[in-house]
Amino acid sequence: MSDAALGTNHSANNGAASEPLIAADGIPLKQKLAKTTRRMKMQAFLLTVPLVLFLLVSFVLPIGQMLYRSVHNPTGSNVMPNFAVAIKNWDGQGLPSEEIFEVFVKDMALARKNREVGKTIGNLATRVNYEIPGARSLFTKSARRAGRITEGPYKEALFAIDKRWENPHIWLTLQRVTKDFTAAFYLAATDQKYDEAGNIVWADELYQIYLPILWKTIWLSALITALCFIIAYPVAYLLSTLPLRTSNLLMILVLLPFWTSLLVRTSAWIAMLQTEGIINNIFVYLGFISDENRIQMIYNMTGTVIAMVHILLPFMILPLYSVMKTIPPSYMRAARSMGASGTYSFVKVYFPQTVPGIAAGTLLVFILAIGYYITPALVGGNDGLLISNLIADHIKKTLNWSLGAALGTILLTVVLIFYWLYNKLVGVDNLKFG
Amino acid sequence: MMKRIQTLGFYALVAATALFFVFTESFAGTFGFIIIFGLPYFLMNDLPPYATAAEKIGKYAFLSLCTLIFIFLILPILVIIPLSFNAEPYFSFTEGMMALDPSAYSTRWYEDIVRFGMTAPDGTENWWSDMWNNATWIRAMRNSFWYALCATILATGIGTLAALGLSRPEMPYRSAITSLLISPMIVPLVITATGMFFFYSQKNVFPFFPDGLINRDIGIILAHTTLGVPFVIITVTATLTGFDRSLIRASQGLGASGWTTFTKVIMPLIIPGMISGALFAFITSLDEVVAVIFLADVDQRTIPRQMFSGLREQISPTILAVATILVIMSVLLLTTLELLRRRSERLRGLSPG
Repeated sequence: MSDAALGTNHSANNGAASEPLIAADGIPLKQKLAKTTRRMKMQAFLLTVPLVLFLLVSFVLPIGQMLYRSVHNPTGSNVMPNFAVAIKNWDGQGLPSEEIFEVFVKDMALARKNREVGKTIGNLATRVNYEIPGARSLFTKSARRAGRITEGPYKEALFAIDKRWENPHIWLTLQRVTKDFTAAFYLAATDQKYDEAGNIVWADELYQIYLPILWKTIWLSALITALCFIIAYPVAYLLSTLPLRTSNLLMILVLLPFWTSLLVRTSAWIAMLQTEGIINNIFVYLGFISDENRIQMIYNMTGTVIAMVHILLPFMILPLYSVMKTIPPSYMRAARSMGASGTYSFVKVYFPQTVPGIAAGTLLVFILAIGYYITPALVGGNDGLLISNLIADHIKKTLNWSLGAALGTILLTVVLIFYWLYNKLVGVDNLKFG
Repeated sequence: MMKRIQTLGFYALVAATALFFVFTESFAGTFGFIIIFGLPYFLMNDLPPYATAAEKIGKYAFLSLCTLIFIFLILPILVIIPLSFNAEPYFSFTEGMMALDPSAYSTRWYEDIVRFGMTAPDGTENWWSDMWNNATWIRAMRNSFWYALCATILATGIGTLAALGLSRPEMPYRSAITSLLISPMIVPLVITATGMFFFYSQKNVFPFFPDGLINRDIGIILAHTTLGVPFVIITVTATLTGFDRSLIRASQGLGASGWTTFTKVIMPLIIPGMISGALFAFITSLDEVVAVIFLADVDQRTIPRQMFSGLREQISPTILAVATILVIMSVLLLTTLELLRRRSERLRGLSPG
C-alpha cells in the first residue's frame, strides 16, 4: 500500500475524529506502515546485495580499472622520477636548461641498471616510441652511454651521443610522457597525434587505422542487423500464425542453432563456405560457376557477415515472435473486410503493432554484433576484422595496454549508448529467451 | 495436415520428385528437392475460399522463402554430422561420401578425440590413466565441465537470490539494479575479458592468491560466473512475473514461517526457472572462449578454446567430431528446457502446452 492511499484514508477519517489512526501498540498507523515498508524495501534490497557486490568486484571494478588505465600511464614517472619533477614546469620554449639535462642523464643511467618490471629504460623507450617512431633506438643507445657521463656540461655530452637530442620536439614529448595522466592514447585511438609543436593534428590518411575500423564495425553491425531483420521477419510471422503444434516443431529449427556452441556454428560455416565447401560444390553442380572459378566466401568480410547473421538470427526471431504472437489475427481480417488491400492492411495495421519487437530485436542484435570477437577472428581473414579484434591484439600481442584500454573505452561507450536506448525503448525487464 | 495428402497438389509433388530423381540420380539432391518444395506445401494453411490464384501463389512463395530460411538456419549444423565421419582429413564431402560408399566413412576422428595428445595411444599399460591425464581433448573436456559446474552453482545461487529481490514489488531502484545485473551480457566480451585480465593479474591484492588470479581455475570460474548471472536473472524473474504473491500471504496467514514458505511454496514454483537459468549459465560457461583466451594458460584450456586454436592452426575433422558431440548435447539440453517450460506453464496454469 502506498502513502498516498493512506493519506486519503486519513483525511476521510478527519471529518469524524481529528486524531490519527493508532495501531494496537499505540504507534500511529502511518508511522508503523512507513516502518514496515522500509523494512520490506530493505529485505528486497538485501536479497540482491550478494550479487551486486559480486558484480562490483568481478565486473565493474575491472572495467573501471581499464577505463583508468586508458588515461593513466605512469611509465614516465616510474622510470625517471626526478626528471619527471624537473621538467614539469619547463615552459616549452627552445631547449630545457642545463639542470634538467643533468637530472635527465642521471635518471637515465639509473634506469638502465633497474631490472624491475615497468621501471626499466626500455619501458620508457617503448612509450616514447608510440609518439615518435624510431625513438626507441635513440633511448637504448643513449642510455648505454649515459653511465659514462660523469660531469657537465651534460647538454653537450648528450648531443655528442646523438644529434636528435637537439630537437626540441623530443623534449616536448618527454614532458608530456612523464605526466601520469595523458590523453595520448585516446588521440592514438582516434587517429590523432601531437605534431612537432605540440598541437593535436590528424594522422596521415595512410596511417589512419582505428577510426576506419570503428566505422566499419558500426556499418557492418548495421548491415548484419538489417539482414537479420529481413530474414527474421517472415519466419517470425510464419511461426506466429501457424497452429501451435506445427510452430513448436519449427521453433526447434530456430532454437537448436541458438543452443549450439558458437565455435560449432563457426566451424560449420567454414565447412559450408570454403572454396571446396558445400555451397561452392552446389554452385558448381548446378552450373552457376565453373570448377576453376570457385567463389572465395570465407576468410573475408562476406564470411564474417554470413556467419554472424546466422549466429545472431535467433536473437532477432525470438523477440519478434513473442510480439507477433500477441497480435490478434482479427485485426487484419477487419482491415481486409473494410476494403483495405493486403499490402495496405499489412503496412497500416500489422506492421505498426510489431514495432516493439523490431526495436527489441534490432537493438539486441546490433549491441551483440558490435562487440563480436570470435567469429571475425576465425572467418574474417584480414578485411573482416572488427574493433574487438584490434583491442584483443593490443592486449595480447603488441602489449600496448593503454591503447587497447582506450579503444575498449570507446567501444564500451558506443555499446552503453545503445544499451541505454534499449532500456528506454524496450525495458531491460522485457528481455526473454524462448 | 493429413488431408493434404489426397489432393492433386500432392500427386503433382510426388510425380515431380520422382522425375527429379530419375534425371539427376542423386539421393542428396532428391532429398533437398523434397524439403524445398514439400515443406512449403505442407505448411500451406487453409486459405479462405475467396482467395485468388495470385494469393495462393503468393502464399506458396512466402512459405518457400521461409523454408529456405529454415534451411539456412539448420543446414550448417546438420552438415557437420556426416562430415565428422569423413575418412579423409578434409572439411568437405568426398566423391565416395556422396555415393554413400561405406569405405569413405570412418570413425577415425572420434578415436582421435581420445588419442590426440596421449603419450602412448597404442600402449596397453595404463591406457586409461594416460587418456584421462594426457589426451588433449579429454583434458579440455574435464576443464570445461569443471568450470561450467562451479560457475553454474555460483551463478544460480546468488542469481536466484537477486531475482527474488528484484521481483518483489517493494524493490528500490529496480531498473537501475536490473540494468547493472544484466550488463555482463551486453558489454562486449573483449572488454570484460580485458578488464578482468588487468584486474586479475595484480599481485598481492587477492587473499590466498598472491600471484593474482590469472592462469588459475578460480579466475576463469569467477569470470564465467559473472557472464552466466544475467541468464539466471532473466529466466528466474520471468518465472516470477506470473507468480501470485497472495500465495505467500496465504502461507503466512496459515502460520508458516518464512523458511517454510520459501521451501514449500516459492521454491516449487520457481524451480523450472532456476533450472533453465542454470542450464543457460552452464551452456554459457561451456561455450565461452574469450575470457579463457585472456585469463587461462595452456593447462586451463577448455573445449571451445581448443576448437578456437584448432580452427586457427590446423583444421582437422577432429573439430567436427567434437562439434557433433556438442550438437547432440545441445539437443539434449533443448529437450530438457522444453519439458521444463511445459511443466512451468502447467504449474502456473497458463496453458496445457
